[in-house]
Amino acid sequence: MAVTGILLALFLIAHMLGNLKVFTGETSFDHYAHWLRDIGKPLLPGVWFLWILRTVLVVAVVAHIVAATVLARRARAARPVKYAHRKKVNGSYAARTMRWGGVIILLFVIYHLLDLTTGTLNPVGDASKPYGNVVADFAPERWYVTLFYTLAILAVGFHLRHGAFSAFRSLGQQTPRGERRARTAALIFAVLLCAGYLVVPFAVLTGLVS
Amino acid sequence: MNLTLRIWRQKGPEDKGRMVTYPVDDVSPDMSFLEMLDVLNERLILAGEDPVAFDHDCREGICGMCGLMINGDAHGPQRGTTACQLHMRQFTDGETIDIEPWRASAFPVVKDLVVNRSAFDKIIAAGGYVTAPTGSAPEAHSTPVAKANADAAFESAACIGCGACVAACPNGSGMLFTAAKLTQLSLLPQGQPERYTRVIGMVDAHDEAGFGGCTNAGECTPACPKGIPLNTIGRLNRDYLAATAKGANNTPGS
Repeated sequence: MAVTGILLALFLIAHMLGNLKVFTGETSFDHYAHWLRDIGKPLLPGVWFLWILRTVLVVAVVAHIVAATVLARRARAARPVKYAHRKKVNGSYAARTMRWGGVIILLFVIYHLLDLTTGTLNPVGDASKPYGNVVADFAPERWYVTLFYTLAILAVGFHLRHGAFSAFRSLGQQTPRGERRARTAALIFAVLLCAGYLVVPFAVLTGLVS
Repeated sequence: MNLTLRIWRQKGPEDKGRMVTYPVDDVSPDMSFLEMLDVLNERLILAGEDPVAFDHDCREGICGMCGLMINGDAHGPQRGTTACQLHMRQFTDGETIDIEPWRASAFPVVKDLVVNRSAFDKIIAAGGYVTAPTGSAPEAHSTPVAKANADAAFESAACIGCGACVAACPNGSGMLFTAAKLTQLSLLPQGQPERYTRVIGMVDAHDEAGFGGCTNAGECTPACPKGIPLNTIGRLNRDYLAATAKGANNTPGS
């Protein structure tokens, strides 16, 4: 869980930084988006780098889901008879929504790929105009898209808040002081990432980017 | 105080079991929770009914025998306290209290509120000991131990093996127990020879016993009557990673 999660979190950082290029204008953003397909040239032909990256990400996602499924199945088998009276748990909201939160994020990722990678669900859907796709996507009249996007990003934030701390712990974080630091770092990371992702749709919504 | 108790009654391992309601009147707020159950049992015996079976021994909070899920809290609402040291003044007059046994497939119910915790013994048998003959208590300071390590080892050694961590864990994991029993040895010089075979053996025994996997949810530490810290599990994880990197097997002493 920890290793695959860290791989995916690194991708999320790179993806967020790329998204923020939308504030540098249409030409610059489109140029960046097209450059993504050319990384590694001329060492690697065509879009090879992109496909290598996609393969790594898909392997990480699948391994992450397999590990989570194994844990969930073990948890279910470990408590066949449920408590008649069970208080709301002491742990964080983030910790107890990891499993369903993960499912919501997966559904969002599928929608997100159909929207902005293949363009199937995008009102413009022109692969040569990524800036236009983004602006059309979060237009004020398509408020429900922005709403769904916001909820999904918040789910990612909660997932990361517990996930990042849990990854440090699984990889051997062992002191009480380190635990406080790891929890704080995870919270700051989750908040920053959420802010970085949400600023784009709200900039389009308010007309800052058009 | 007058209370209504809803208690899990189960005749034996094969019985399906159910919650049964018992009104209990004239409870003193100075009684311990187990004394309150004693009062109920005396009345049940006088009425010719089967008394409620529950585990207890020292009633001083150090033996680890007692363990009840009280209103969904392992050992009841007071932190750092076993059920035997919990007093009825923690409850209000007229309250309904739900009492259930620990719920885990690794802890099968023997009768009513009594569960079989032999799975913990299996984890200990898989490495929770040292093979070096340590003799009687040595002269203090004859073996130097860093203060921080001695403190952390002592913190872990406070574990009484009651099983509250498993009962509270949303995954039914016994990782806090396993980590405590591991750390009390792995931080001391006497525990070093088997340090890495021990961790593999104990984690394997934990998984084989049918406990769930740890997801760092953090439910165990607040439920633990001895307050074993959550970072103890991090110590286990680090030893486990080091052990797997070394390719250690689970044969003690190898």
